[in-house]
Amino acid sequence: MGAPLIGARIERKEDYRFLTGAGQYTDDVDLPRQSYAVFVRSPHSHAKIKRISLNKARQAPGFINAFTGEDFAAAKLGGLPCGWLITDVDGQPMKEPPHPCLAQGKVRYVGDQVAIVVAETLDQAHDAAELVDVDYEVLPAVVDGSKARAKGAPQLHDIAPNNTCYVWAIGDKGTCDAAFAKAAHVTKLEFINNRLVPNAIEPRCAIGSYSRADDSYTLYVASQNPHVERLLMTAFVMGLPEHKVRVVAGDVGGGFGSKIYLYGEDVAVTWAAKQINRPVKWTSDRSEAFISDAHGRDHHTVAELAMDKDGHFLGMRVKTTANVGAYLSTFASCVPTILYATLLAGQYKTPVIHCEVTAVFTNTVPVDAYRGAGRPEATYVVERLVETAAREMKIDPAEIRRRNFITSFPYQTPVALLYDVGDYNATMDAAQKLADVAGFASRKKASEAKGKLRGMGYAAYIEACGIAPSAVAGSLGARAGLFEAGEVRVHPTGSVTVFTGSHSHGQGHETTFAQVVADRLGIPFENVDIVHGDTSKVLFGMGTYGSRSIAVGGTAIVKALDKVIAKGKKIAAHLMEAAEADVEFQNGAYTVAGTDKKKMFGEVAFAAYVPHNYPHDKLEPGLNENAFYDPSNFTFPAGT
Amino acid sequence: MAIKVSMKVNGKPATAEVEERTLLVTYIRETLRLTGTHVGCDTAQCGACTISMNGKAVKSCSILAMQAEGADIMTIEGVAKPDGTLHPMQAAFKEHHGLQCGFCTPGMVMNAIDFAKGHPNPSEQEIREALEGNLCRCTGYHNIVKAIGAGARAMAGK
Repeated sequence: MGAPLIGARIERKEDYRFLTGAGQYTDDVDLPRQSYAVFVRSPHSHAKIKRISLNKARQAPGFINAFTGEDFAAAKLGGLPCGWLITDVDGQPMKEPPHPCLAQGKVRYVGDQVAIVVAETLDQAHDAAELVDVDYEVLPAVVDGSKARAKGAPQLHDIAPNNTCYVWAIGDKGTCDAAFAKAAHVTKLEFINNRLVPNAIEPRCAIGSYSRADDSYTLYVASQNPHVERLLMTAFVMGLPEHKVRVVAGDVGGGFGSKIYLYGEDVAVTWAAKQINRPVKWTSDRSEAFISDAHGRDHHTVAELAMDKDGHFLGMRVKTTANVGAYLSTFASCVPTILYATLLAGQYKTPVIHCEVTAVFTNTVPVDAYRGAGRPEATYVVERLVETAAREMKIDPAEIRRRNFITSFPYQTPVALLYDVGDYNATMDAAQKLADVAGFASRKKASEAKGKLRGMGYAAYIEACGIAPSAVAGSLGARAGLFEAGEVRVHPTGSVTVFTGSHSHGQGHETTFAQVVADRLGIPFENVDIVHGDTSKVLFGMGTYGSRSIAVGGTAIVKALDKVIAKGKKIAAHLMEAAEADVEFQNGAYTVAGTDKKKMFGEVAFAAYVPHNYPHDKLEPGLNENAFYDPSNFTFPAGT
Repeated sequence: MAIKVSMKVNGKPATAEVEERTLLVTYIRETLRLTGTHVGCDTAQCGACTISMNGKAVKSCSILAMQAEGADIMTIEGVAKPDGTLHPMQAAFKEHHGLQCGFCTPGMVMNAIDFAKGHPNPSEQEIREALEGNLCRCTGYHNIVKAIGAGARAMAGK
């Protein structure tokens, strides 16, 4: 074997198909006898549904059927679940209002889906949907999170007084207030971290199908985590056993968080497919994506940093209002809490931190995890505070950071995380060198001579990634495990198919995971293929988000590879008539220490599948191993 | 009302009956089942649906199928050689990691090929301006710009 493949510059396995138009995104899938769905959506941010009339729509050419929230209620379909329970400061569980797949009685945001209309062609479905007559009684609305708890604000959900989902806090307020009381300087800022629309370039798409032959469903869907989608849909919404539902998420054109969640449309096409006994396809258009894909961010924050006279941080106080939209999306509750407040230490040894987060419902599209999910929001708060503090105290902004950097690891932050390793001075040095900070003054002068302005600012970030140790996540309210699964299937002639529960929607797992596998087994890169995105092929998976693919999914594969290598060692020992303890594996070959005996990985694989000379008394034939990996900590990527 | 449309697609004649309101992209994707041409928006902004019509890059979501009557159409499926060898522009995208999720890629390549015909040795500025009508959500464009420069030079035999 030559140089290691891990880290090598290599052309991607997936690129040929993407470059020749041979990718298979969900909208590229067409099923025999397929019908087309269009969703009727609310044009109002808040309204009572007085009546829905489908009479005119039923007369439209090509109309097949239409369903409303009443049909879903009659079929006893559950609402969309939230996967993370946050406990309020008073010990009560967060308020979880019903989140129906199709609106029942009331619409709560522009885009809230009211009915699904199914027709022979997409154009006919659009035409029929336009004929659905919904009689609304428009209600006053609140869209600004900071006004949701104001007196007299319109109320969204009966079970959530004052539009409040929860008030949650972390840190010891008393100690924090005491730190502020002895501060030489306090920097205080108010921030709006604006709401945004994720906008993956591939709009969401879902095709439901049902087979009476074996009473099973298949859902093709643009998803970042097909097994999670199946688990949520079967166990919590449709009440189906998982083995009757297959979820396929083939090529996916970017996710950015927005394709993690179980959406009402996914359930609706799957359920409707059984009702009409035909596949039902829905493809979001771009305008629809703006009002139906889960949004990101939307925080309103007041934050304070207390310092001594030399700019050493003494404490931080943060109060955030997080606008979660009209309903709780799949992971909405943990983003502005567990994934946000725990990162407020940043790279600094701030001894005490207190953060209070109020999550509120408003008449807006639900908000959930988006790119970094809570952690960039925390970085924004911390770094704006630090940069402003440096300027107010006339300390060099790099110097104030260096004075406060954590330098000893492992480091227990006051906000629950245990940083394993880091070298923040090194990344600061590298950033200053790259940015040529030393030459900034002369560049600024040159700019000023031309009548222009030039500025410089620092941001030092840290993330908690690789989500997550299941036990830690569970103790914090997660309603799912967060391990990953992998399977290594060695074929008789020594090539390998690897099945991973991670999902690639642009990350390039087919290449990076194959690099890991080829290196570990010492076999050619070309002899490895990676399979993901299909619950009927992959044993299980928690999917891709939170920078977890290689850290968690990759490690599951490595664990399975190690089992393969270990079993291969037993086979090789038998073939070479050596003690297992004397057999070594390196560069794709099993050897016996101190001898010239050697069996290549392919030969051992062949012996496992053609087991004529084989230790049958000790070992099963075949070479196929699974592994599940649950990380012991987050990873903590950081930089300046 | 159905109407008959005939055109050449990737070197072969194609004839079908479509509704008058059928967009060219719908005809290509749904009728011809050439699904490499993608739809990323409904406002002609994203460029994922870019194809070549009579040698010019065109957003196929913005014209009707009947407007392409008699035209010579090439989609991403027709760009590589018949034996599967990549076109120099496709090869440059692969070499320079000019794609991630791949969804915008066919439109990028179709636009880049048209652009390169008139710009055998383009500057970075020229490439960035030529990409105005193609959106990529993953890459930040940096490697797409590199790929198009290299692809253009390869097409010109440089």
